[in-house]
Amino acid sequence: MTTHIQGAAPQAVAAAAPPGRRRRRSKDRHEALTGWAFLAPFVLLFVLVFVIPIVVSVIESFYKRVPSGGGLFGGGEPVRTFIGMENYAEVASSSTFWLGIARVVGYAAIQIPIMIGVALALALLLDSFLVRRPGFFRLSYFLPYAIPGVVAAMVWLYLYSPGMSPLLPYLPDGFSFMSPGVILASMANMTTWTYTGYNMLIFLAALQSIPGDLYEAARIDGASGWQITTKIKIPLVRGAALLAVLLSIIGTIQLFNEPAIMYTANPWMGENYTPMMMAYNNRNLISGMGFSSAVSVMMALIAGLLAVVYALLQRKAD
Amino acid sequence: MSTKLATTADGLQYRPSVEGMPPRSIAPKTPARVITTVILVVALLYFLVPIAWLIIASTKNNADLASSFGFWFADMNLADNWTKLMGWTQRMFPRWVFNSVLYSTVAATVGTLLSVSAGYAMAKFKFPGKNLTMGVIMGGLLMPIALLTIPLYVVFHNIGLTNTMWAVIIPSVVSPFGVFLGRVYAESSVPTELLEAARIDGAGEARIFFTMVLRLLAPAMVTIFLFIFVATWNNFLLPLMMVNSTEIMPVTQGLYGMMSYFAPDKGAVMLGALLGVIPLILLFVFLQRFWQAGLAAGSVKG
Repeated sequence: MTTHIQGAAPQAVAAAAPPGRRRRRSKDRHEALTGWAFLAPFVLLFVLVFVIPIVVSVIESFYKRVPSGGGLFGGGEPVRTFIGMENYAEVASSSTFWLGIARVVGYAAIQIPIMIGVALALALLLDSFLVRRPGFFRLSYFLPYAIPGVVAAMVWLYLYSPGMSPLLPYLPDGFSFMSPGVILASMANMTTWTYTGYNMLIFLAALQSIPGDLYEAARIDGASGWQITTKIKIPLVRGAALLAVLLSIIGTIQLFNEPAIMYTANPWMGENYTPMMMAYNNRNLISGMGFSSAVSVMMALIAGLLAVVYALLQRKAD
Repeated sequence: MSTKLATTADGLQYRPSVEGMPPRSIAPKTPARVITTVILVVALLYFLVPIAWLIIASTKNNADLASSFGFWFADMNLADNWTKLMGWTQRMFPRWVFNSVLYSTVAATVGTLLSVSAGYAMAKFKFPGKNLTMGVIMGGLLMPIALLTIPLYVVFHNIGLTNTMWAVIIPSVVSPFGVFLGRVYAESSVPTELLEAARIDGAGEARIFFTMVLRLLAPAMVTIFLFIFVATWNNFLLPLMMVNSTEIMPVTQGLYGMMSYFAPDKGAVMLGALLGVIPLILLFVFLQRFWQAGLAAGSVKG
């Protein structure tokens, strides 16, 4: 009833209003319709590709397909059964899952600072007076981003493999890129190689948007190049750094390509080396996607949590 | 650094500044310049040597890969490696590259149009639910894509789209980052007065969009196209989940599948890897200015 009145009221006002306002109102409606018409195609696909899968995934994580009836092989058609939080309990009590999480978090804790640090340093050098033709270096550093992650992992796998690695002959005897203690660092190197140039480009773009007057003023006040770098440039690219780190955290939690390729040569890693591999390898049309969905949801929550913690820490530091 | 002296018309000697160099008073000292160059060259080697090695390795056979000097060519085995690559992939390799080109091109073309249209709507129209929609789409930007892949498989399985080309193309079309770029560009390079003028002249909204807005947003569209193209080409988990017929695999998945089931000739694998990335490398080298433009909009305004 109330909604009816609320809905009717503006119409009454419109009817009573002078013609000029009525025209504006119909113009507003026209604008809203046009806006939605331009937005609609994207939004429809966005709902199909983002919203529905997330909802389905959350729902599915509460279900399991259980074979109906007895029978030697489980018998009967599998029946989708609501099992409450059981999938989550299974994930949360799985030491394999937490070991995988520990691996990717440790990986992120070491790889991301190195990558972001190197990217920032290279961007600052290319943005300084110290280099005459930064274009060539910029393109070369960015080129690895053109190599698909899987292909990059294949190339590095061969660069690491005993018997064909061109690097091993120069390293101490007995060193292996793929021993259990070293393999995470070897994979971190693949990620660093691929994404450092991309992050450097983000920093370069941020650096180039700093107005040149700032440097001029600092020069007049007697600042050295080093002071300009540490007191002006670095503080002003903080926003870009925050974005780069957040995207890196989210990317690292879902680490998949590198370990999947490494696994083809190192079966000891197992199929659940990272949580994403665990989610992928436990998908199953017989017992359902419940367990994989629960793993995915837990990973999304952990990634979100880490991103929020990082953003808060960063804000506190500022 | 040039130390040549020049003389003015009235006989004063001075040291002219050099084109493209900073004024001498603030120019860095030579040691700083040398150290910088050394650092940059070391970094250059780190980033380029694996690519150079990929090119070299794709010309070698297994024996040469094991015994010859790693960073230079040995016997040319390119033709032989090509034969092996074709045999090992059951003559599917060119088909895979074609699939990758097809998926990336279709996804990037449709995705660019959708992104620009949505970004234009966000930038230039007022309508109810706009801020909420924008918030949700930007949330999608931070959503780990790989995590979506498994639920996406469940959905596509239920509507019977798995193991079709659409299973790879449809998800790749949706790019929240593309919408974000489209909005930023539409805000800055489509003047509202121009739209008003066109409306007063009686142009319809569709005509305004297709004849004026798309033209104004052309550089932005190249950037968005590039991002979606590369993201589609590089997406590995999505086809791995969705596709299992060899005829419709993209090149990344095809190479991975063959590599994990057979013990192939390594030179042939490297040749496959190289041929699978050449289209992307060409795009990078020839369109590089659009990358930086896109990232500038993303990082500065974001």
